[in-house]
Amino acid sequence: MDFLRPATWADALAAKAERPGALPLQGGTDVMVEINFDVHRPEALLDLTRVRELAGWDTVDGDTGGGRLRVGAGVTYTRLIEELGGRLPGLAQASRTVGSPQIRNRGTAGGNLGAASPAGDAHPPLLAGGAEVEAESAARGVRMIPAADFFTGVKRNALEPDELIRAFWTPPASGPQYFSKIGTRNAMVIAVCSFAVALHPGERRVGTGLGSAAPTPRRAAAAEEFASAELDWDGRGPLGEAAARRFGELAAEAASPIDDVRGTGDYRRHALAVLARRTLTWAWNDHRNAGRRAS
Amino acid sequence: MRVNVTVNGSAEAVDDVWEGESLLYMLRERMGLPGSKNACEQGECGSCTVYLDGVPACACLVAAGQVEGRDVRTVEGLAEGPPGDEWLDPVQEAFAETGAVQCGFCTPGLIVQSHDLIERNPAPTDAEIREALAGNLCRCTGYEKILDAVRLAAERKAAAT
Repeated sequence: MDFLRPATWADALAAKAERPGALPLQGGTDVMVEINFDVHRPEALLDLTRVRELAGWDTVDGDTGGGRLRVGAGVTYTRLIEELGGRLPGLAQASRTVGSPQIRNRGTAGGNLGAASPAGDAHPPLLAGGAEVEAESAARGVRMIPAADFFTGVKRNALEPDELIRAFWTPPASGPQYFSKIGTRNAMVIAVCSFAVALHPGERRVGTGLGSAAPTPRRAAAAEEFASAELDWDGRGPLGEAAARRFGELAAEAASPIDDVRGTGDYRRHALAVLARRTLTWAWNDHRNAGRRAS
Repeated sequence: MRVNVTVNGSAEAVDDVWEGESLLYMLRERMGLPGSKNACEQGECGSCTVYLDGVPACACLVAAGQVEGRDVRTVEGLAEGPPGDEWLDPVQEAFAETGAVQCGFCTPGLIVQSHDLIERNPAPTDAEIREALAGNLCRCTGYEKILDAVRLAAERKAAAT
């Protein structure tokens, strides 16, 4: 095995082009488990923790940015919570459920995207918020991949062998966002299932993301359409119980869960319906209360 | 490969490190620092918690090559004073006094993690202590004595400053 230690982004892209089999390494919270247990022995590790460009985040204005946040692939969960919790509350909630403080100090949303586990906690809020993944290769430069197109199978993503994740781009929250997750305790839990919701009041649209309930993280498109049409965006009227329930049912229908050690498919479907109903209710109530305070 | 790293204040060069090995393995098996414990090797138990550039991390999930040029502080580096006349860190004292140690296997990780908590938050609430220690498993104590130890260490530190 080789250990590659690029100091710059250009060097990292060159290394990945030359050694497409090299496995990118950030916090190690996924990669090192597999190596420790000899599940996986890559031909080389590509340590990206020295690449300064990956460790920052910024707001990008103008035609390409449109005020979106560009968050480097090396920003840890701890920093997402502390530095971006106000602007990305859904992602911050999800980040707080990742592992333990020690894991959050090392793990990154970029690494989560690279591993592309169906249970990755960062994925549902990135889907609900309309994030894009900035991928780059030395040969072809940058391409932007919508989060909804990024996950292609169990632990598979849309990256080419010579590409690396530079950042994810996402608009700061324009309305309430929530993330909820089922697990056996309040730490160190791989989701049994999870759900994220984001309200986009300016567009009169609801975004969703579900986790650990299908081969990939995915949006619940029918639930989004239903809630976007159903909610009283102008009058900020209450969300009826029947509508909230219907939203939950549609979210559960978007899943195709399996039975495994963490839970059965039936349980996951049931729990998703509950999570979706609750998170939409919380988000809509926040939106209504914000309207009241403003008037 | 060779890894150059500062461990507990001392600049070290470690040879024959395998490219896939963890910082934990390097500390324990190549550097004679067995304080950090090897239990789960998957970040679940917190027994191998060390400071990496001042931030607590599970040493089992850090590749040894990633610490090149960096600063590591293990449980062995918490006690201060000249060799032969060290005094324990207040967190270590509190763990010993309150009976927070039974078999002792989880203790080094809990001490490093508690040390970091009190550095950042000198007067933690019980909820904050529980949250800070959520990634450190103990199968003996039932955690109550550990909570006592952290409270005592925090009180003493506050009184001393």
